Amino acid sequence: MHEQLLEIADDELILGWRNSEWTGIAPFLEEDVAFSSIAQNEIGHARALYELVADELGTTADELAFDRPPEEYRCSRLVELRLADDWGRTIARHWLYEEMDAARIEALKAADDPRIAGLAAKIDREEAYHRMHARMWHERLAAEPRYAAALDELRPLVDERDGHTPELAELWDEMTMVRRSVPGATW
Amino acid sequence: MVFEVFRQERKGQPFQHAGSVAAPNLEFAEAYAREQYGRRGESVALWVVPRDQLLEIDDFVDELERNYHRVDGYPLKEKLKEARARAAARDR
Repeated sequence: MHEQLLEIADDELILGWRNSEWTGIAPFLEEDVAFSSIAQNEIGHARALYELVADELGTTADELAFDRPPEEYRCSRLVELRLADDWGRTIARHWLYEEMDAARIEALKAADDPRIAGLAAKIDREEAYHRMHARMWHERLAAEPRYAAALDELRPLVDERDGHTPELAELWDEMTMVRRSVPGATW
Repeated sequence: MVFEVFRQERKGQPFQHAGSVAAPNLEFAEAYAREQYGRRGESVALWVVPRDQLLEIDDFVDELERNYHRVDGYPLKEKLKEARARAAARDR
């Protein structure tokens, strides 16, 4: 169970980070606010999941999120890619991810452990808006050849977890920089 | 397209203009309105209306300056104060 929860937490953390790279440069203001908020939610979900696993393992959410070497992350290749210059591919990833995530969270809601089932239900209530957002963009771009090509390109990566892209190591460097330079800092 | 958003802070209260969102259609407008005017628990309901569906009236003709139709410049406060003073003097 830990491994599965870590898989979701890592996906959410890395995707949240990637999506937040659009903050300030999204296609228009309303979308900037909406997409940044989705990114924030994903990171919030990651934290809640890390906390659950950390309780079991006797560690902390921060240690799980930032103190593991990049090769131990269980996230998929899909979420690792840096797409912040291509809105079409970003939306393709967003839609592919949300559709996959929906099934995964639905299954967790039936978990025997009430803490897991409860958290999954909570996460799902926020994800409903992510799905709504992803679907409306998906419908809007569906007829665009570039969007269709992006879906074809990214679809095989949705659950590709063997090995990582070089982009993960770069992101990990950036993500853990503060923690590595000031070990044990609290805020 | 521009959509005007009205929000209701508590049940039973009037909807008040909150602001506007630019969106390509009503579906996007709903998502953006929820995001900007609803996600912090600041509203119990929203109205999202395409701006071009609103009838705006801003020409109020008053050619003959019939200001007796208006209620401004009618100092009720002063009148009340005087009436209270008179009543107090009478009761004394």
